Amino acid sequence: MSQPIVELCAVDKSYGSNQVLKNMSFSLKAGEVLGLFGHNGAGKSTMMKLILGLIEPDAGSVVALGHTPTDMGSQTYRRQFGYLPENVSFYDQLSGLDVLSYFAKLKGYRTKEVKRLLNDVGLTESAKRAVKTYSKGMRQRLGLAQALLGEPKLLLLDEPTVGLDPVATEDFYHMVDRLKDQGCAVILCSHVLPGVESHIDRAMIIKKGKQVTLGTLKELRHFAELPVEIKVRGVQVSTLPSALMNYVQISTKSNDPSVCFYVAQQEKLSVLRQLTQLPDIQDLDIRQPSLSDLYSYFQSEEAQTVTTEAQTQSVPLASRVEVTV
Amino acid sequence: MSQLLIVASKEFKDGFRNRWIIAITLIYAIFSLGLAYFGSAASGTVGFTSLETTIISLASLAVILIPLIALMLAYNTFVGEYEQGTMLLLLTYPISRTVLLLGKFLGQAVIMLVSAILGFGVAAMAIIINGEVDTTQALTAFSWFIVSASLLGWIFIALAYVISLSVKEKSQAAGLALVVWFFFVLVYDLGLLALLVVENGAISTQFLSSLLFFNPTDVFRLINYQVINASEYSGVLQLAQGNGNNLFSLLMVMSGWIIIPLAISSIIFKKREV
Repeated sequence: MSQPIVELCAVDKSYGSNQVLKNMSFSLKAGEVLGLFGHNGAGKSTMMKLILGLIEPDAGSVVALGHTPTDMGSQTYRRQFGYLPENVSFYDQLSGLDVLSYFAKLKGYRTKEVKRLLNDVGLTESAKRAVKTYSKGMRQRLGLAQALLGEPKLLLLDEPTVGLDPVATEDFYHMVDRLKDQGCAVILCSHVLPGVESHIDRAMIIKKGKQVTLGTLKELRHFAELPVEIKVRGVQVSTLPSALMNYVQISTKSNDPSVCFYVAQQEKLSVLRQLTQLPDIQDLDIRQPSLSDLYSYFQSEEAQTVTTEAQTQSVPLASRVEVTV
Repeated sequence: MSQLLIVASKEFKDGFRNRWIIAITLIYAIFSLGLAYFGSAASGTVGFTSLETTIISLASLAVILIPLIALMLAYNTFVGEYEQGTMLLLLTYPISRTVLLLGKFLGQAVIMLVSAILGFGVAAMAIIINGEVDTTQALTAFSWFIVSASLLGWIFIALAYVISLSVKEKSQAAGLALVVWFFFVLVYDLGLLALLVVENGAISTQFLSSLLFFNPTDVFRLINYQVINASEYSGVLQLAQGNGNNLFSLLMVMSGWIIIPLAISSIIFKKREV
């Protein structure tokens, strides 16, 4: 077993009377990507600041790359991680090259590295222009280059894809995948849920400072027990056998000719068998609950009880999930 | 050590890029040349009068101008980085807050020093080249003037840091900087004068003259009066005339005025949450 890169153990943090994190625990291994999701003010940034060593926990412990981040001797630790803050900003009057060179020097890296990184994020041509002339996306890419200085072992990315166009977003996720393959651990906060799912190993959803759920998407789908959506074209609701009628939900969009069935994971195969035998069927789409669906579910009120229940008996259920998903 | 220099050189380059160095140099050069050659225009004569008159009027103008320049240069140093968000990023880098603070101070201190050497140096050269004074005497007086002017600038940079780290917004820092300037440049000496009038000999002169040490602008003027061996001290400075404060102790007082505010800034910086 390798040492975890980041380990939080029963961490509490308050600002005055406002408790921002409650009993937060998790660990992250090398080469693992953790998605951190929650509403604004849920405690995502506070968690990052704890790992960065900018603030100290009131209770519990934080260990990152074998260091306590707030320790005076953590300067070596600080060379090994990269951080992209939310709404990153730089010295506007300096050029992109100057900004990145300054940060590289502070971290003890050379200018050669800077040029390579600027090239990686596609800023070579505008490297000599002042940052104030940069678009939001360009600033974000400069922020990424800054976070990637010196091949970090741990990356903390707060809303990394905000302001990036689809191509740049795709490039960014490729970069994350590559770093992950090299053994870099990544914590990624995002509000933009579509697109993230295929790049994270586990997701943690937090709500008002508390961890609501933590697991792989497969596990989360299981905890949530959200139905699979099966969209069928060519059938008439009126002609459906009564066994299938229970799963139908009439579309609110009246011009949509397809019929939607919402089926529990366990019943998916049996329902599919019945559907494919319908004589008029033209087409069929299956959609697993997406990260967005899971997010809304876990943020909703009823999630609290369901999750704790599911987590307590997760072992036997998890084996069932393997079969059903 | 190297990180100190990285931060310092960035601050210095910023000062260069923002035209601070050129602007301060020009201001210094214009007012020192102006005072040297037109300082006595009011009395009907134009041209260089004497080294003593020049240094004394330079010192009187410098106590108003230099604190203002230094406060303007530095008030934004920390609150600005907090406001624009770069401080959050900087503090996650492998650099301690003390080194960051000292690096910024070093960079801005060099800006004040270089401008003083260039700006006042021009006036010194003009006076010397024209052969109107004894070269050694002029060089000594101007060297001390440049050193003490730089010290005065550094003191107000350090005071600006205390302000910059104590407030949440730039505009508050600017307002407080103005209050600090007003206090040391005008209020303090007026208060001291008022005290002199009221006490009417009840308080020892020894004590009263030591009150001058609590205003760095007075200490700055005392240094220059001392160097030029001025025959007549002006205003509240008369308290210290003939006191025999040696230059070394005056320089120590100036150094204290740099070190203490820097230490306070460093403590505030360490306690401040991002």
